[in-house]
Amino acid sequence: MHQLATRIQESFSDGFVGATEWRGDVAVTVTRDKLHDVAKFLRHEPGMDFDYIVHVSSVDWPDDEERFEVVWEFYSIRKRHRIRLKTRVPESDCVVDSLTDLWKGADFMEREVYDMMGIRFRNHPDLRRILMPDDFTEGYPLRKDFPLRGKGWRDTFEFLDEIPR
Amino acid sequence: MAFEDQRTTIYKVNPEHPESETLPTLRTEELLLNLGPQHPSTHGVLKVILELEGERLVKSTPVMGYLHRGVEKLAEDGTYHQFIPHTDRLDYVCAMYNNFAYCRAVEKLLDLKVPERGEYLRTIVAEVQRIIGHQFWLGAQALDIGAMTVFFYCFRDREILLDWFDELCGARLTTSWYRIGGVERDLTPGLIDKLKQFIDYFPPKILEYQVFLEKNRIWLGRTKGVAVISAEDAVNFGLSGPTLRGSGVDYDLRKYEPYSAYPKCEFSVPVGKNGDTYDRYWIRVMELYESVKIIRQCLEQMQDGPVMADVPSVTLPPKERVFTNLESMIQQFKLFSQGFQAPPGEIYCGTEAHKGELGFYIVSTGGGKPYRLKIRAPSFIHMGAFDHMSRGYMISDACTIFGSYDIVMGECDR
Repeated sequence: MHQLATRIQESFSDGFVGATEWRGDVAVTVTRDKLHDVAKFLRHEPGMDFDYIVHVSSVDWPDDEERFEVVWEFYSIRKRHRIRLKTRVPESDCVVDSLTDLWKGADFMEREVYDMMGIRFRNHPDLRRILMPDDFTEGYPLRKDFPLRGKGWRDTFEFLDEIPR
Repeated sequence: MAFEDQRTTIYKVNPEHPESETLPTLRTEELLLNLGPQHPSTHGVLKVILELEGERLVKSTPVMGYLHRGVEKLAEDGTYHQFIPHTDRLDYVCAMYNNFAYCRAVEKLLDLKVPERGEYLRTIVAEVQRIIGHQFWLGAQALDIGAMTVFFYCFRDREILLDWFDELCGARLTTSWYRIGGVERDLTPGLIDKLKQFIDYFPPKILEYQVFLEKNRIWLGRTKGVAVISAEDAVNFGLSGPTLRGSGVDYDLRKYEPYSAYPKCEFSVPVGKNGDTYDRYWIRVMELYESVKIIRQCLEQMQDGPVMADVPSVTLPPKERVFTNLESMIQQFKLFSQGFQAPPGEIYCGTEAHKGELGFYIVSTGGGKPYRLKIRAPSFIHMGAFDHMSRGYMISDACTIFGSYDIVMGECDR
């Protein structure tokens, strides 16, 4: 296991779920309740120093019990290392802690995840839709059960069998 | 008199000058102003709601998504190859670099090596694209601020390179020249000659742009000390590219995580000091010189060889073989109908585009299509810092500030 992952495991033995290293990318999965503590550890602990947030993303796994996976990617400009932090969220209680207090850049990125996947962020200062319009009520577009051609008024289009002459 | 509510400030009568009591009480109110979505200097369709006190910005709220096309959703429905033309439409002024970033990400997923000549060609074209991007930015930014001449000079030289692209791949803006595992075709001797002529012609022209602007009192007044962001804040907001380097942070993925032919070239990364719009301008101009340097070194070092990796399960066979050889034709058909089979896993790969770090996060569950593809668009993340950077400046600076990020809404909204 990579030494960064080992340090997280040592410090958070009860919140640590697993770690992988593939193609040089280190990914650590933690439980949802420990997420903010782990993030704080990554941000401030000497030797970690992850001062740069790269992206916040989310993946939908509809067949799993905990359906959504939220993904953060951090980089340390001083130490020049990278880590991916992941946590799982069930559909019934779609909330994770916001990390905007540690990285200000997480603000827009978390809003995008909320907009596209419907995952709510606790303590986010301004959690609104960002890319879709505010009055968009058709759901969350990047979920796997959202059809590619869209929902709502598009569904009412009639398909013509042949071109009328 | 004036009714009081939360937004109303009443200037109290100064006790030292009681005569002012006879004057009517002044009432000021914050004004909400919509800038955009249809505005010539919003670089696309961006709306910003500005809260004003007089002419000063108190708070600004960007409203985005007018150009949202669901590119990430579309990616899940097509093969890896089919997504390459979609990346052109992200940042439509710099299509080559988007292709490059995407192809690099897929190559990381597949663990694919590109042949050496392929890497050199990729670097050359990427740097040509960087020059085009910075010229476009410089022209547009100067035009926003009111210096119209620079725009014409920048576009005059940009046109030469766009014609060069036209000859290279048949398109000026939406190019799709990069392929997973290499590039679509080699440079012809004529193209190499034209590029050599251009890199001899170009450096004096950069000086021309500089002379227009760096002694121009209006340009200096409107860029120096405008939209200052400290290094710590810039890092905390996740800014990248010239916007971050303007604040004095030496973060460039070409140096930090060298890729392609960059480690074989000597170039420096200009870094600013003050974190204002002028420093960001200066960095972009210096990068023009550096790009010329990189192109020159690549042209000198480049050796003959293949430009595409020869991994039949992934890369397309050469066209001559497709028309003459049955197996190659079957391979081509399979790659286009089903796509190649990617291993299950997930990767993130960032590339230093001219705006900042353009990254792709790909989750694969095996098979020919990405399960999830997330684009880290620098323009989008830079807009997150807009409110912080604009507070206290004038309305007229708003355009300068988001202009200085070099935003393109196609990339911002995806």
